[in-house]
Amino acid sequence: MSKLELKTEADRHVIVTRRFAAPPEAVYKAHIEPALIQKWLLGPDGWTMPVCISEAKPGGKIRYEWSDGKGRGLFLTGEFVTLEPYERLVHVERMHMPDATPDNHVETRFEPDGNGTLMVMRMTLPDEKTRAAMLATGMEHGMEASYVRLDGM
Amino acid sequence: MSVSRLGNTFSALSDPTRRAILASLATGEKTVLELCKPFAVSQPAISRHLRVLEESGLITRRIDGTKRPCRLVPNAMKDVQQWLDMFRRVLETNYARLDLLLAEDASKPKPRRRKT
Repeated sequence: MSKLELKTEADRHVIVTRRFAAPPEAVYKAHIEPALIQKWLLGPDGWTMPVCISEAKPGGKIRYEWSDGKGRGLFLTGEFVTLEPYERLVHVERMHMPDATPDNHVETRFEPDGNGTLMVMRMTLPDEKTRAAMLATGMEHGMEASYVRLDGM
Repeated sequence: MSVSRLGNTFSALSDPTRRAILASLATGEKTVLELCKPFAVSQPAISRHLRVLEESGLITRRIDGTKRPCRLVPNAMKDVQQWLDMFRRVLETNYARLDLLLAEDASKPKPRRRKT
């Protein structure tokens, strides 16, 4: 059962839609509280997030550092722009691999859906080329491992 | 396929005219003139699209006298699909973990909120 929808829109957007069996408040918190983020936003199995900074306020810093436990790692930096508990988050992020990728502007909405939540994440990249590269390298949310794995292809 | 090459491929696929060209080539090799017909686009414009498609590895062109017929590279589209699937898979891995975390959280009694 796949509840995830992934699609591109116009030239610069990527839309991710996913349902959760928990209320918006819980899903929202899992996106801003470091102790929670470190438990799920890890990418492929085997990766951990030893460092998680998430200052949940407008202008607050975001920094996620991932490690594969074998000496490989990468990090993401960003800033919160807007926080509307428990409905909407806007932040900007960039991956460092090690060079910084262009900014990804992300709006995440948490809508009540029965007893659960419908999450709609809308990413906006600077241009279609960057979006293409983002999809291809899987820069979003710890997808570096697929990048590493496919390096040899 | 290298990462930068794949970025080019996605870029190439993002244009509706180029997608239509690929669809047209799916039925077999065609010349630039044949490709121009269905589109309200000039021949130089089509040639530019073909160059992008060629550079991204989606089509190849051979020389046939003064013509340079185009055809699809077999399996090129399959690679793109694989990358999208990969992207989807890792996202789904994360969210499956979040599902578990949310279920754990819901089964615990709510902690009382303290003022700080």
